[in-house]
Amino acid sequence: MTVQSYGKAIRDGFAYLLENHPETFVIGQGLWSPWYVGSSMTELEKEFGKERVIDTPVSEWACTSAAVGASLFGKKPIVVHPRMDFMIFATDSLVNQAAKWSHMLGGQAHPGLTVRGIINRGGEQGAQHSQSLQSWYAHIPGLRVVMPYTPQDARDLLIAATLCPDPVLYIDDRWLYEQEAQMPPAKDIDLTTIKNEVIREGADITLAGCSWGTHLAMEAAAQLEEDGISCEVVDLRVLNPFDGEALIQSVRKTGRLVAIDASWKTCGIASEAITRVVEAIEPRLLRSSPLRITLPDAPAPSSSRLEAIYYPKSAQVVATVKQMLN
Amino acid sequence: MTLNRLGTLADPNSFQDPLDLRNTPDEVAFEMLYRMALIRRAEEQIAEMVLAGEIKCPCHFAIGQEAPAVGISMHLRATDRGFGAHRSHSHYLASGGSVDKLFAEVLGRATGASHGMGGSMHLFGEGTAFAGSVPIVAGTVPLAVGAALAAKLDGSGDVGIAYFGDGACEEGIVHESLNLAATMKLPVIFLVENNLYSSHLDINLRQPSDRVARFGEAHGMATEVVDGNDVVKMASVAGRLIERARAGEGPGFIEAVTYRWLGHVGPDANIDVGLRRSAEEVSAWKKRDPIARLEAALLARGVEQGDINALKDNAERAAKDARKKAYDAPWPKETDLLDFVYASGGAK
Ligand SMILES: Cc1ncc(C[n+]2csc(CCOP(=O)(O)OP(=O)(O)O)c2C)c(N)n1
Repeated sequence: MTVQSYGKAIRDGFAYLLENHPETFVIGQGLWSPWYVGSSMTELEKEFGKERVIDTPVSEWACTSAAVGASLFGKKPIVVHPRMDFMIFATDSLVNQAAKWSHMLGGQAHPGLTVRGIINRGGEQGAQHSQSLQSWYAHIPGLRVVMPYTPQDARDLLIAATLCPDPVLYIDDRWLYEQEAQMPPAKDIDLTTIKNEVIREGADITLAGCSWGTHLAMEAAAQLEEDGISCEVVDLRVLNPFDGEALIQSVRKTGRLVAIDASWKTCGIASEAITRVVEAIEPRLLRSSPLRITLPDAPAPSSSRLEAIYYPKSAQVVATVKQMLN
Repeated sequence: MTLNRLGTLADPNSFQDPLDLRNTPDEVAFEMLYRMALIRRAEEQIAEMVLAGEIKCPCHFAIGQEAPAVGISMHLRATDRGFGAHRSHSHYLASGGSVDKLFAEVLGRATGASHGMGGSMHLFGEGTAFAGSVPIVAGTVPLAVGAALAAKLDGSGDVGIAYFGDGACEEGIVHESLNLAATMKLPVIFLVENNLYSSHLDINLRQPSDRVARFGEAHGMATEVVDGNDVVKMASVAGRLIERARAGEGPGFIEAVTYRWLGHVGPDANIDVGLRRSAEEVSAWKKRDPIARLEAALLARGVEQGDINALKDNAERAAKDARKKAYDAPWPKETDLLDFVYASGGAK
């Protein structure tokens, strides 16, 4: 076991894939630059060559679609978009092409590409440089969506996504890059074996989140423990196909649910989490109405004064839980 | 097939001479000098504020590439419709945007150009020919086309201006926009500031030719390639194309070859990051300084250095005053967060 940060764990995932799977290549903007992707890809092109780690023109749509094409002929491309906002130009490749291909052609062809969409927000970057679009893409059947919270998942989900024969959107969050954890050695992983899971046991309430939302849940759980409140935390790392099993079991036990997502409220992942639970468990088991903690339904502001109230914090989770328990 | 290239236009060691002012009256030259000086002095102040940690939003500077925006602005009227991107302080100020509101905006204050909601990358020039800038690369190019379509439908004679870079030319939407504008003969000017870089990559690593005018030519529109550090030539080329567009003769495409003295974002020169960019390259380009070349031409014509200095001092004073005022400006209200989402105010 070695200690690794989330950002460097992603780099370890790339290095493992490029080393062990000659059919993989990486393509996207800024891959030869230290600016774009933090610590997560440093000097990969020096180690594996500029033929397999490709920095591109400003052409999100063409690069993503080209990766779809290459994936139909034996390659396992990973397309990197240094901000999710920029990959909106490439949405047709994902929604109309990659996600539909297998089904439209009777299951005979599968574009096994991975798209890495990075969430990079704050610092007054404003509305077009701050978006967390997981709910949007998780809506699309045929497109798998995963979102690592732990450093180990940051590495392992990248590997699993890349080895998966389906198109996968892998979303990582730059606010998590400094988190550290013990890591076992990397290995090949089958994405279909990865489930959402309880990452902290508790009895009084279930907190469910994805990525930064899980981070807020864990912070809040630690604080609430000091007040004698025992939180169970479910990490929603597999968003599509949505895996609700661990979540449903957890709420059966605790009877309470707060769902946390660092994206918008309406039609979001937090709504999905609550719906799955409400549909599955007997109403009498719910000891209070489930609640959501999300961004307000507004684009990201630029001014730091408004940023400060825009992004949810763990204190808000703590307050919500206390209110629910009273 | 070999593609046409920029040749000496992309070589900093050429085009260093004083500008040709034969057809430019003094007051026009002074106006251009003032606008360029204002952009430079304002950006120098903003760069200082970024270094001091006072400004948090990402600021992309146009120091060294003041001439294209100023040249074109000499022919714009307030009802024209310019759209920019991440590096648009120059477009905003050249179009007559308030320098006070620029400083308030980069500090995130309610009196800013976008009421403190946008910062450096999102500027709105109320009452000017600047209709907005946002940082999705190439995202506003089709908006300028649409604004031109509206002008055509209204028979107003106004033009749309799309300000974008060589990097933006790599996005598909630019090519759709050019085709649409050409087939519909819309009054829009595509002004590409080719500064030879898109963040850390120089154009030779991104395109098979460094000359992006080929895209305008491919769409059959009036296309000009010009020394983008020569404000006089910029103004004359822009004047010709804008006149055609206003007269219903269709779109124009200008490739202005220029260079940013600072790095992609922030006040650093990025000489250690660019794959080609070096200290030598940057200092060579400084000899093609668009402001110094205009100044040299004015002096050669017999204008007093004192008059030039007075004008530059005025620009500096305007920038410094704006900076001072901005520190005291109020912050946006918390309710603005929801109130600006819809025209009706909030999710109501
Ligand atoms: C759709 C999209 N892709 C990528 C980016 C990141 N980005 C911001 S500016 C820039 C470079 C653009 O270069 P160019 O158009 O030449 O303008 P310059 O910065 O040289 O003025 C890039 C790639 C973005 N903002 N939007």
